[in-house]
Amino acid sequence: MTGILGVSDAQLAEVALSREEYELAVARLHRAPTEVELGVIGALWSEHCGYKTSKPLLRRLPVTGPRVLQGPGENAGAVDIGGGLACVFKIESHNHPSAIEPYQGAATGVGGILRDVFTMGARPVALLDSLRFGPFEEPTQRHLLDGVVAGIGGYGNCIGVPTVGGEVYFDESYRYNCLVNAMCVGIIETARLTRAAAAGPGNLVLLVGADTGRDGIHGATFASVELNDASSERRPAVQVGNPFLEKCLMEVCVALAGDPRIVAMQDLGAAGFTSSTAELAHRGGCGIEVDVSRVSRRERGMSAYEVMLSESQERMLLVVRPDDVASVQAEFERWDLHSDVVGRITDSERMVVTDAGDVVCDLPLGMLIDEVPLRHPAQRRPPELDEALAADPLAATPPWSMGEALLRLLRSPNIGSRRPIFRRYDHQVGDDTVVLPGGDAALLRVRGTDGGIALCTDGNARYGALDPRRGAAIAVCEAARNVVAVGATPIALTNCLNFGNPEKPEIFWQLVEAVEGMREACLALDIPVVSGNVSLYNDTQGVSIAPTTVVGMVGHLEDLERRCQAGFTRDGDAVLLVGPVGMDLGGSEYQRLAHGVNAGPRPTLDLDLERRVQEAVREMIGTGLLHSCHDLAEGGLGVALAESCILGDRGARLAQPAFALGTPVVQAGLLFGEAQSRFLASAAPEQVVSVRAIAARHDVEVRNLGLTGGDRVVMSGIFDVELGEMARAHARALIP
Amino acid sequence: MRFGIAVFPGTWSDRDCARAVSVAGHDSVYLWHRDRDLQGVDCVILPGGFSYGDHLRTGAVARFAPLMESVQEFAASGGLVWGICNGFQILCEAHLLPGALTRNASLEFRCQMTWLRVEPTSTPFLASCRAGDVLAIPISHGEGRYVADPDTLERLEAQAQVALRYVAPDGGAVGDASPNGSMHDIAGIVNEAGNVLGMMPHPERAAEPVLGSEDGMRMIRSVARAVADRAAFVATA
Repeated sequence: MTGILGVSDAQLAEVALSREEYELAVARLHRAPTEVELGVIGALWSEHCGYKTSKPLLRRLPVTGPRVLQGPGENAGAVDIGGGLACVFKIESHNHPSAIEPYQGAATGVGGILRDVFTMGARPVALLDSLRFGPFEEPTQRHLLDGVVAGIGGYGNCIGVPTVGGEVYFDESYRYNCLVNAMCVGIIETARLTRAAAAGPGNLVLLVGADTGRDGIHGATFASVELNDASSERRPAVQVGNPFLEKCLMEVCVALAGDPRIVAMQDLGAAGFTSSTAELAHRGGCGIEVDVSRVSRRERGMSAYEVMLSESQERMLLVVRPDDVASVQAEFERWDLHSDVVGRITDSERMVVTDAGDVVCDLPLGMLIDEVPLRHPAQRRPPELDEALAADPLAATPPWSMGEALLRLLRSPNIGSRRPIFRRYDHQVGDDTVVLPGGDAALLRVRGTDGGIALCTDGNARYGALDPRRGAAIAVCEAARNVVAVGATPIALTNCLNFGNPEKPEIFWQLVEAVEGMREACLALDIPVVSGNVSLYNDTQGVSIAPTTVVGMVGHLEDLERRCQAGFTRDGDAVLLVGPVGMDLGGSEYQRLAHGVNAGPRPTLDLDLERRVQEAVREMIGTGLLHSCHDLAEGGLGVALAESCILGDRGARLAQPAFALGTPVVQAGLLFGEAQSRFLASAAPEQVVSVRAIAARHDVEVRNLGLTGGDRVVMSGIFDVELGEMARAHARALIP
Repeated sequence: MRFGIAVFPGTWSDRDCARAVSVAGHDSVYLWHRDRDLQGVDCVILPGGFSYGDHLRTGAVARFAPLMESVQEFAASGGLVWGICNGFQILCEAHLLPGALTRNASLEFRCQMTWLRVEPTSTPFLASCRAGDVLAIPISHGEGRYVADPDTLERLEAQAQVALRYVAPDGGAVGDASPNGSMHDIAGIVNEAGNVLGMMPHPERAAEPVLGSEDGMRMIRSVARAVADRAAFVATA
């Protein structure tokens, strides 16, 4: 082995290591690393694999609970959903690749997260996607949206896993750096959960699936630096997906889950062969020895370095006892999948790579994984926030009547119907989708039980921009409310922290604050974080995205018959506001549309009240009192009312509220403000007393606003709009 | 009664079809693409999915599978063959049905509910439905636009081989709301003998109330009744 003497700054930049980190590696090894070793160290010490900036923060998050079967640290988290079944799930970003090549970037994001779930043996049953782009009005942004949606559909539709939910927002801060976060949810008998911890020195390592090519080399380090003008030249660092191959791989892996012949399974994701072999061995406290010359290649002349760092998709590693290799290979061959024996497990706690007999890498695993040099950047609260927070959103005069404002909100790309997107995704394959996309959360039945799982993603960055702590806490609460609105109990979440360059003190401050906000909300609502992903360096040409904490929530519903939907279901029902009234226009969609700003106090959030409101609503749905239930979110009470009418295809007539006599800005605040901890429900008038009784027991307010029915949506003295006009405005928001 | 459900690599409605068949109270077996034995089934379902990744063209590779040789013979001898979505595409490629399925007029994938009018066709697949009935059955495809040359279309119409047509929920013409731009709003057709049906919508996704529609179940029951009637006819003959 020959170490590189006098490594250049350019070489270090290529593997995203600082000179200091390099010196640390040399000191630890007592020698200069080889070319392959430098690549391996760079990949495993990258933010993407090693979490060198975020690790100390993530330790703050609550990760345990009675239902938790697997917390962070594996390929995905897992929770108990009763009936001997586990729900396995994770969310992950694929932002940088999607910004450069939207179709393949998004497609391979979906492919990667699917592998994380079926690596644990679980059959994927649902996909969700959280997307962020620059202003919808701009053709370039719509081009990105179209490519990303086509990529998600192209992969998910082909592999046959339904895409049941997600969200999309458009904001200036994502103009040069779109976000694509993909979540996958799988189900498996708990006893068959497969782990990715190697064991048994002498056992063999099988590489299965696609041949290895030059695609995606340095993908992990690419994700750990800022985008710039030259980024489009990194298009070769974006991988190309093959959902057909992955479908075959998935069928075999799901069938092999719990099979005694399989010691461990691990997919190849970021940093490909490098991170998968290292993590597999390290989790089991073993060592690993691989021979890159045994890896089947897509092209000639690939160096050991390229094989180690390729991010070719649709590949899996399996650890198998020598006696079982032939029979396991036969299982893959039945699906025309090729496999190679590429190495073996050792007891050395080292990662040794040979290339046809020559040792090209020999590194201690502890150094690569446990001893990632953590970065502790400086943090600073941006002083200009004070000015933004001090603004009074109630000082500006509303430019429109309340009726017109409501129609404009419904037409907003941030609020209007997502149907033009979700109709391009197969959301029904698997025959388990009970509540289809378009409501608060998707609901899937769980075979073999009477119950189901409710799934959603959420994360409003406009609140985060004003206050990252509050923004992250609201993301957790809002996602939990979505799940509660269909009648489910939130049981666990996965998160994706999308931030700018943490080396900037303001950005690192945002990250610290967001994690604290998430921690507070998770503790208050008793929801553990079981998996997650951090995406930093979302900057382009020095401009950072707004801090975007995305939460993927899983809820459990014991009895599928006790479910609820967002649309009004009957005429003559009482329309009920559960939770407080508020005038929180700061950070609202109304404020952005009417005044073009994002300023003022962000929405109020009382975590204790939030918990009580959610418990009360769950009880109301559980006892069968509610005919519909919808979470109040962007656009506040006005938009929630319109959506319940549109989804239920019936109008509503609301009495003149007490605030009708207020000034227009007060009316706007009460109608479109985004105060938290609220639901809009409907119930038979004779049941309102029972609803009130439950609310009172939880110390929660309920207001009876009026009655459903008719073909107009009316709030006496405030607005009176035809239902059809509302539905048309809502339907056209994402049609340019 | 026993259904055989074909499994090609890339097929994904196989398990959904098996579930729907079992909800209807019948048995099913999976038929692996490399096998030739149809295991004595009464009806072969070619389910939805992306067989062989739909490489080259949808259904173009699957038609060459060993299993399809047996399906050809089975169809020729009057056996019931039901192609759903990708199965319809395979049947067209295999020339068991005329015409072709091309990219949706919108150039986008579509997953949505569709309403299908039962046409006056003589086929076991719709034996329990009446002409004019409207079935609510969802679609999920990117290439479901039925096309054929004018002579073929004329023949299909003249011989009452159009089995299902996209309509508005009230049974009226679908017009601009066509989900894929199919010629003559065709959603499903049968061969001349009526024993081979191809349809783009997914009846197995409309087989339980909890999924929003049970209309697909009417088709499964139709097949079961036809098979039972035939068995009774053979027994008495």
